[in-house]
Amino acid sequence: MRADYDIDDYGGAPVVQLENVGVRYGMGPEVLRDLTFAIEANSFQFLTGPSGAGKTTLLRLILMSVRPTRGLISIFGEDVSDISKDNLTGLRRRMGVVFQDFRLLDHLTTYENVALPLRVQGKEEATYRAEVVELLRWVGLGDRMHVLPPVLSGGEKQRAAIARALIVRPDLLLADEPTGNVDPSLARRLLRLFIELNRLGTSVVIATHDFSLMDQLDVRRLVLGDGRLHIDE
Amino acid sequence: MSRMVKRRIAPRHKPAPAAAKRPLPTSLRRNAPLVPVDSAGGQALAAVIAILTFLAALCAGGAELVATSSAQWRSDIAREVTIQVRPNAQRSIEADVDRAVALARQTKGVESAQPFTKQQSERLLEPWLGTGLDFNDLPVPRLIVIKLAEEARPDFAPLRQSLKDQVPGATLDDHALWVSRLSTMANTIIGVGVVLVTLVLVAAGLAVTFATRGAMAGNREVVDVLHFVGANDDFIAKEFQRRFFNLGLRGSVAGAGAALLLTTILGLVAKSWRASPTGDQIEALFGAFSISWRGYGVVVLIALVVALVTGIVSRLTVRRFLNGNG
Repeated sequence: MRADYDIDDYGGAPVVQLENVGVRYGMGPEVLRDLTFAIEANSFQFLTGPSGAGKTTLLRLILMSVRPTRGLISIFGEDVSDISKDNLTGLRRRMGVVFQDFRLLDHLTTYENVALPLRVQGKEEATYRAEVVELLRWVGLGDRMHVLPPVLSGGEKQRAAIARALIVRPDLLLADEPTGNVDPSLARRLLRLFIELNRLGTSVVIATHDFSLMDQLDVRRLVLGDGRLHIDE
Repeated sequence: MSRMVKRRIAPRHKPAPAAAKRPLPTSLRRNAPLVPVDSAGGQALAAVIAILTFLAALCAGGAELVATSSAQWRSDIAREVTIQVRPNAQRSIEADVDRAVALARQTKGVESAQPFTKQQSERLLEPWLGTGLDFNDLPVPRLIVIKLAEEARPDFAPLRQSLKDQVPGATLDDHALWVSRLSTMANTIIGVGVVLVTLVLVAAGLAVTFATRGAMAGNREVVDVLHFVGANDDFIAKEFQRRFFNLGLRGSVAGAGAALLLTTILGLVAKSWRASPTGDQIEALFGAFSISWRGYGVVVLIALVVALVTGIVSRLTVRRFLNGNG
């Protein structure tokens, strides 16, 4: 949680650091190779590249759901090559993730989906109800909070997924095509939300190939192509 | 986040000012379990658990019925001791019987000593020898039935010695052999009942293991999402445990309820048969075919144990699954 956490907690080290990281699936060719870069604390960057370039794989690397076949990754200053399950959970609680396919739980209401990160931390519902409702209203889902995801539109699902990522006020936000299903005005509004979050100290990585979105903001671009990373500062 | 949104963003953009003033709904959460329930697989598992609990409850109820009845038999037989006086041409059998009765009555713990008269003894032989026979020609032994006081465990050695000294031809039978045989038989039946209940519990555990693994595989997406939003393995295992405990409880209550209902119906049927020879025989073997409060307690306990086994096994299975796959 932002309120309980200070950048100095991990000695000002980058939030994410990769050194010579390579990933291959099975015996196939490397889909990512020789990745060496850092995501600094309180930074904002776009991750871009053509479809199939490995954007999602890179996000999954940072999320620790894919293990590198070589190289070193440290998250919040901690080497994750041999991380324990408890520490893994601790690190994930400091991240917010917006999946490209939303990954909302279809048997839970929009409200329950957004409150899920707080519920799994064992918090009492009374302590976060107002906060969740407020965020849902802000993303325009105030009237849809009792609805199950299958009846939400693509844009509504996306906003619910974003709200779920933001509700814990993460130190690192990873968003995979977060504006892919919304109209340009809502996309701008969501981008401003990410900017505000970044101003409050969250490092933000937005994977997108929407140039109109990237052009709205002069920030670092991590460009993936052919499995390699090129950085436009 | 929300405070930040309200303070720093909302005043500038205000997407839904009217909504912000609306009061909060009193209850937003439906208490929906995080792991989906009431799937077809869940219903099938509840049905399997109901059937297994029904069988386990019947086994346990039957064993309890036998235990209660055998305790009754053993107590009846152990409270009765018999002296047999064999006729001796040189002695008056009536005098020997009177002497044996007197000796028995002197023994501590003896409530009563009742000799069978000559006619009563002859009547005992009628089923084997028929009527109209002159028993005077037969050396028919005479029996003395001794009733012991409740909870009395007299030492029969002095009585046995006195009979040997004063009434030659008299033997004392304290039915120890019969009590021992009945105990062995009853304990065997109870043992078989316990083994069957244990087997049923193991079968329930295995059924839950397979069902849990199936549920884990079917809910892989849910488990992944829970991991990504910060749930640890213990939290996920608890969610599965809660789901399966509820399923197990539902199934075991249905199974135990059906077993109790069947027992009650059989008890009523047995009661209506009581006057018939078949009913008498069944009642002689199994008592009044109604289980005691202890029996009801055992059935309820089995239902609870089955539900607990369901919950614990599912939790252990999830932990092992997550350690292996997660």
